[in-house]
Amino acid sequence: MKTDDLIGMLAGGAPAVETDSFRRRYVTALGWGTFGTLLLMTIWLGVRRDIAAAALLPMFWVKLAFPAALLAGALMAALRLSRPGVRLGSAPLAIAAPVLAMWLLAVAVLVGAAPEIRNQLVFGISWTVCPFYIATLSVPAFVAALWAMKGLAPTRPVLAGAASGLLAGALGALAYSLYCPEMAAPFLGIWYLLGMLIPAVVGGVLGPWLLRW
Amino acid sequence: MSASASENRLRELLLRGLAGENAAYHQFLLELSGFLRAFLRGRLGRLPDEVEDLVQETLLAVHNQRHTYDASQPLTAWVYAIARYKMVDMLRRHAVRGALHDPLDDELAIFAAPDNDAGDARRDLAVLLAQLPDGQRLSIQHMKLEGRSVVEAARLTGMSESAVKVAVHRGLKKLALLIRSSS
Repeated sequence: MKTDDLIGMLAGGAPAVETDSFRRRYVTALGWGTFGTLLLMTIWLGVRRDIAAAALLPMFWVKLAFPAALLAGALMAALRLSRPGVRLGSAPLAIAAPVLAMWLLAVAVLVGAAPEIRNQLVFGISWTVCPFYIATLSVPAFVAALWAMKGLAPTRPVLAGAASGLLAGALGALAYSLYCPEMAAPFLGIWYLLGMLIPAVVGGVLGPWLLRW
Repeated sequence: MSASASENRLRELLLRGLAGENAAYHQFLLELSGFLRAFLRGRLGRLPDEVEDLVQETLLAVHNQRHTYDASQPLTAWVYAIARYKMVDMLRRHAVRGALHDPLDDELAIFAAPDNDAGDARRDLAVLLAQLPDGQRLSIQHMKLEGRSVVEAARLTGMSESAVKVAVHRGLKKLALLIRSSS
């Protein structure tokens, strides 16, 4: 087939492209991803019983704000990586900022704490299961985020997969924070972060395989 | 025509094409193919036989991925990223190491000058089209090659109108995958 014939074929009867198809794809993916992750959380773990009392503590909201801010940064990165030729811009900064803020808070908490409770602040009662729970809860969101990316055109598949994974991890961590009783900044800065990084790494590894076009 | 004049002209043609104006879209692809050919010919000095295949593969990618173009974005950057992605992908498939060492490369090079002297494609897309499942193949044939309307294509294939549209869309995406796995 000659190139001019191919052009004729591609242009022939090509329908108008819906202008909001890009946005709709992400809205759909985020909707289903959030729904799936929350459903899994509700069925599997349930919401902590003292949630009403916990919601009165500022640290409860800091705990929600941490993955929420990472979710925003990861979404920003994913949206930019979905389109050819769009630079990441300030997205890496938007991802790094909440992590640095949480680490600063963690250091401040550890420095101000009595030496004998520092261990408790870092490991809490659930450090062995927390990253695993977050990574598992992120699975529905992970599938949704990669589906969204797959239908677009990522030209940097490792980063695109990693951003999708981080997006899913942040949703998983948000859901998990409704169940998890831990409130200490050192715990969140290590184990929550680790839980969110697991899907990010998996996404980065799978990206070149799954996101080809 | 300067690169920025080409950017403006092609961008306007593409936007009209995305809005459903087929003649503008046809003109866009035609002019784009000249720029892609010159760009790729300049970079595939060691693989001159691959140029026309890659022009075709990139045009198909531009078409399949056209919904990812954001009107506020420079067309130069978008086209360059797609062309580069397809070129690197092809070089990787051919296991050509070190073929892409061009640290000075920049995206403005894409609309530098057109080359409308089309060589022969080595890979015949018509052969790959024939490998598509019947629904996709027939939908593409009726709508895209014979220029029939959706209504006619639906009647000829016995499929619904929306199924025909989906089949065309999926068929062209499948074609891009066939290209990747055939080379």
